[in-house]
Amino acid sequence: MSTKFVIEGLKATIEGKEILKGINLEMKGGEIHAIMGPNGTGKSTLASALMGHPKYEVTDGKVLLNDEDVLDMEVDERALAGLFLAMQYPSEIAGVTNSDFLRSSINARRGEGNEISLIKFIRQMEGKMKELEMNPEFAHRYLNEGFSGGEKKRNEILQMMMLDPKIVILDEIDSGLDIDALRIVANGVNAMKSEKRGFLIITHYQRLLNYITPDYVHVMMQGRIVKSGGPELAERLEAEGYDWIKEELGITDETVGQDA
Amino acid sequence: MTTQTILPVNAEALKALSESKQEPTWLTDSRLASLELAGQLELPKLEKQRIERWNIQSYGEYKESKKLASLDDLPEQVAKLVEGSREGGLVIQRNSGTVHVSLAPELAAKGVIFTDLETAVKEHADLVKPYLHQALKNDEHSMAALHAAVWNGGVFLYVPKNVEVDVPLQAVMLSDDAEATFAPHVLVVAEANSQITYVDNYVSDSLTAPVTHNGAVEVFVKNGAKVRYASVHQLTGEVTDVTFRRAMLENDASIEWIVGEMNDGDTASDTMSILKGNGSTSDAKIIAVGSGSQKINYTTQAKHFGKSSESQMITRAVMREEAQAIINGITKIEKGATKADGQQTERVLMLSPKARGDANPILLIDEDDVTAGHAASVGQVNREQVYYLMSRGISRTVAESLIIYGFLAPVVSEIPLEGLRDQLQGLVERKLGQ
Ligand SMILES: Nc1ncnc2c1ncn2[C@@H]1O[C@H](COP(=O)(O)OP(=O)(O)O)[C@@H](O)[C@H]1O
Ligand SMILES: [Mg+2]
Repeated sequence: MSTKFVIEGLKATIEGKEILKGINLEMKGGEIHAIMGPNGTGKSTLASALMGHPKYEVTDGKVLLNDEDVLDMEVDERALAGLFLAMQYPSEIAGVTNSDFLRSSINARRGEGNEISLIKFIRQMEGKMKELEMNPEFAHRYLNEGFSGGEKKRNEILQMMMLDPKIVILDEIDSGLDIDALRIVANGVNAMKSEKRGFLIITHYQRLLNYITPDYVHVMMQGRIVKSGGPELAERLEAEGYDWIKEELGITDETVGQDA
Repeated sequence: MTTQTILPVNAEALKALSESKQEPTWLTDSRLASLELAGQLELPKLEKQRIERWNIQSYGEYKESKKLASLDDLPEQVAKLVEGSREGGLVIQRNSGTVHVSLAPELAAKGVIFTDLETAVKEHADLVKPYLHQALKNDEHSMAALHAAVWNGGVFLYVPKNVEVDVPLQAVMLSDDAEATFAPHVLVVAEANSQITYVDNYVSDSLTAPVTHNGAVEVFVKNGAKVRYASVHQLTGEVTDVTFRRAMLENDASIEWIVGEMNDGDTASDTMSILKGNGSTSDAKIIAVGSGSQKINYTTQAKHFGKSSESQMITRAVMREEAQAIINGITKIEKGATKADGQQTERVLMLSPKARGDANPILLIDEDDVTAGHAASVGQVNREQVYYLMSRGISRTVAESLIIYGFLAPVVSEIPLEGLRDQLQGLVERKLGQ
């Protein structure tokens, strides 16, 4: 069955403040969707609400992954169902090595009694790290601790590659990356393209989209998707910025919370 | 207010026991003088806790322990502990007395002495007498005095000048008879430029009534000598464990303390390095897990007298259920200890809203030309971290335990003995109820 991911009228609040004001989006396996928008428009909130971050409360709407209700699931169940979020600000966890963490993640999918052998795991991890031009030493470092911004992003992509998700959400995966790192990360994503997998790429630069061509581009403002189009929309945003959209829609402040 | 200590033994009985064991007169006299002090002195003061409310009266009485015919006669738990680690030397105390002593012949040939303290006071009085009760004096408080009066079994480890021992010597202190006094005393003397690693385990088994363990450790590290002292306490809930550890360091001497506090009962421990010598160093690592309704008071101390002396103290403690822990670090730098450096960190991770953890870092500095620092924190498992791990498919339980082990890992991974590291890992799992 091809993957199908549906977001319907999703509303979410943080500390009582409504940030998402009804998001609608439909994705299929094989598709790449980009969500663009200036800072403070609710993009990360969308990503966090989809993954189930405890701080965000979903107040309305539906999220279905292959007809399964994602919002009913615990965070780990969402991951096991096939959702993956490369976070804008990944946590640092002292004392837990990157490889122990990754192995626990993989074994969570395989279940008890069916754990991956150490040798096989190491071979896989080393292979993927090589593709991402990561120093092998990073396997033994504590999870994200003392990693530079770019190293953290690569580490997120490493996890994506190892966990083979159905729906990949990349939140500002390009921020803090130099051109080389951007190319490496984009190659990692492109290598994972498949008919079974959908991508939701969140960014506020068009830069990344020079390397990963989206099928659909959505613009987010004030906690809503205010415009959708094809790759040409991203190009126009690159050339002209966001002002023309704001003008078109009569928006003065695109961030969340000012539109009442 | 004076809290009168109820003495578990009277002077006549103590004298008679000492004589029946044919102890030297100086020791009998020392025991009797200590007993008298015990009746006069105050109990040790615990920061924010009252030891007088703990069960510190269950001394039982002296009972002779039968020597082990073979190591196979050990309770299973103890047998497992000493498996594969007998080659250097092994002393086993069971309740009031020593039941096994062995030392590799090649170490004995080098002049290393490793035996129980009761034997050593008779056979090596010249080496024992100048040190016994000198690092922990019998007039410090009533528990130190009472310990000096009633101590039994114990360990004497002597390493001659320039002798470097590369296998760890091991001791096990077992309490499995609630009627028997359990008060081992460990005395280590490392002569100039010697090196030694000593590891002990305090265990209890099938106790049917409360037991008070009043223990003491004294370590003398001479010029340029290095002692690594590892101690794991895994006494069951019936035991109230009060342990004082002291190291005296001469010039360029160093001690490394590695302490695993894994008891189930109320515990007070005080681990102190006295850095007398110039260039002496002390490194103390304490890891602890508290559970149930344990009351816990851990103190680490470094007292600097020597110039350019260095101390490092790290405590990491996890508290679950209703455990109540007070964790103190005291760095004291005396006037004249120029260029001394004292650093300490105490971190507590709380796993339940009913657990309590207090970290009290204290710096007392009477010299200007020094460096010193401290860090302390008490916190809960970070929700953001749990979310991050779960977002990769890891269950909440596994995520939390990864974070808890991660919290202890920076200390555990520094433990230089692999066997000990694994043992501690296992104990942590048990204490965390996994
Ligand atoms: N943890 C938080 N606490 C309070 N407000 C938040 C939090 N996270 C986001 N917000 C608010 O939600 C709005 C959208 O933020 P975010 O989703 O991070 O935007 P974007 O990713 O598009 O930059 C902002 O106005 C921000 O102030
Ligand atoms: Mg964002």
